[in-house]
Amino acid sequence: MTLSLANIVYLLQGTLWTVALALLGFAGGGALGLAVALMRVSRFAVLRLAAGTWIQVVQGIPLPVLIFLSYFGLGVTGFDVPALIAVALSIAINSSAFLGDTWRGCIQAVAKTQWEAADSLALNGLQRMVDVVLPQALRLAIPSTIGFSVQIIKNTSYAVVIGFIELTQSGKIINNALYEPFLIFSIVGLIYFMLCSPLSNASRRLEARLRARGA
Amino acid sequence: MTLHAIAPASTAEPAQATPMVRFNDVHKSFGIVEVLKGISFAVGRGEVVCLIGRSGSGKSTALRCINGLERITTGSIDVCGHAVTPDGKADLHAVRKRVGIVFQSYNLFPHLTVEQNITLAPRRVKKTAPTEARALAADVLAKVGLSDKIASYPEQLSGGQQQRVAIARALAMQPEVMLFDEVTSALDPELTGEVLKVMEDLARGGMTMVLVTHEMAFASRVADKIIFMHKGRVHETGPRDLLSRPETPELRQFVGTGL
Repeated sequence: MTLSLANIVYLLQGTLWTVALALLGFAGGGALGLAVALMRVSRFAVLRLAAGTWIQVVQGIPLPVLIFLSYFGLGVTGFDVPALIAVALSIAINSSAFLGDTWRGCIQAVAKTQWEAADSLALNGLQRMVDVVLPQALRLAIPSTIGFSVQIIKNTSYAVVIGFIELTQSGKIINNALYEPFLIFSIVGLIYFMLCSPLSNASRRLEARLRARGA
Repeated sequence: MTLHAIAPASTAEPAQATPMVRFNDVHKSFGIVEVLKGISFAVGRGEVVCLIGRSGSGKSTALRCINGLERITTGSIDVCGHAVTPDGKADLHAVRKRVGIVFQSYNLFPHLTVEQNITLAPRRVKKTAPTEARALAADVLAKVGLSDKIASYPEQLSGGQQQRVAIARALAMQPEVMLFDEVTSALDPELTGEVLKVMEDLARGGMTMVLVTHEMAFASRVADKIIFMHKGRVHETGPRDLLSRPETPELRQFVGTGL
């Protein structure tokens, strides 16, 4: 048997689900990650501790385990969690720990003198963060954040552990029928590459530009 | 260095009954190192007070205690009718609304234009309307002679221009006291003059000013009071001709080194 057009369309459908998972995971992980980063630099010790514990615990749990926990674990407690949501949630939680820690670093990399200048102008803590620190931290965070989004795209492939039909699972299903593993998984790999490489390149370019500006 | 007291520069009133800033036996330690060992002095309304001394004498720390950038260990500081105390419960917000500070390294916000740098605090803290804030920015920029740079970003300006914008940014909050922390130390000699000129104009306009400075000629020309700090204490105090007739051997030596 050879690869048919229908097989390719099937792979592309899987690709769409991969993209959907990545977008959901990135949005959720970004929102949670920002909260984690802000808690990490809070003046309240209890918030710093909570965020620090979150980062350590989540970074220590493999993503497939998180996926099993959200899919089967929540299922046992009576919530019927759709596979898409279970995987997106797991990716969001996983990403929040990594993005949160990275962004914490970016916030703290904004010069102390900038914080002092904001304080001296009688800005309150929120104004200092929103108007002075975060805009500067954002510039520092862009390259590494785009770099991590590549990680998120590849992480979506762990959805195979619960059989969610994204790109990798679609490839597996087609291969079960055709048994052309080298061909099929090469195509799957190529599609991942096409999703990821523009992001990797953008990240490299932005990093070079920031370095040039001395930021 | 030759020191000469020229004719009175300041048109300000002599110190009034209630000082704008008063240090009351202030101590400050960083860990086990005591940097301020009980200092007391007062700054009257419209007075220009220069803090001089060697590096490590505590003068910058003293200045930064006034608006709470450093928390004092014991004692208190009265600032514009508010008490800055060691417990950190002082109404620093109220103090900072009345006290402007200019730093050695300018500390402009690099992601904002000159106008946005100036209007940020009035808009956020005083809720000044945008049109009014822009008029204010134009006004303070004219005072420092940089009206044409209103749309520039800090990185497009020279050090002297950035420092003048920093002064304008502080002035936009209409402070009652201005603090200057070695504001010309990072500047080339040819850029120092333009910044000192702006500060001298401010002094003549009656602004209450506390300066940490190494510009002895400036201090001798503009200051109403010079405070020589040595090893965390106020070692010698006098009017602007203090440097031409130092009494303590420490100040004599300090003046002699030209620093």
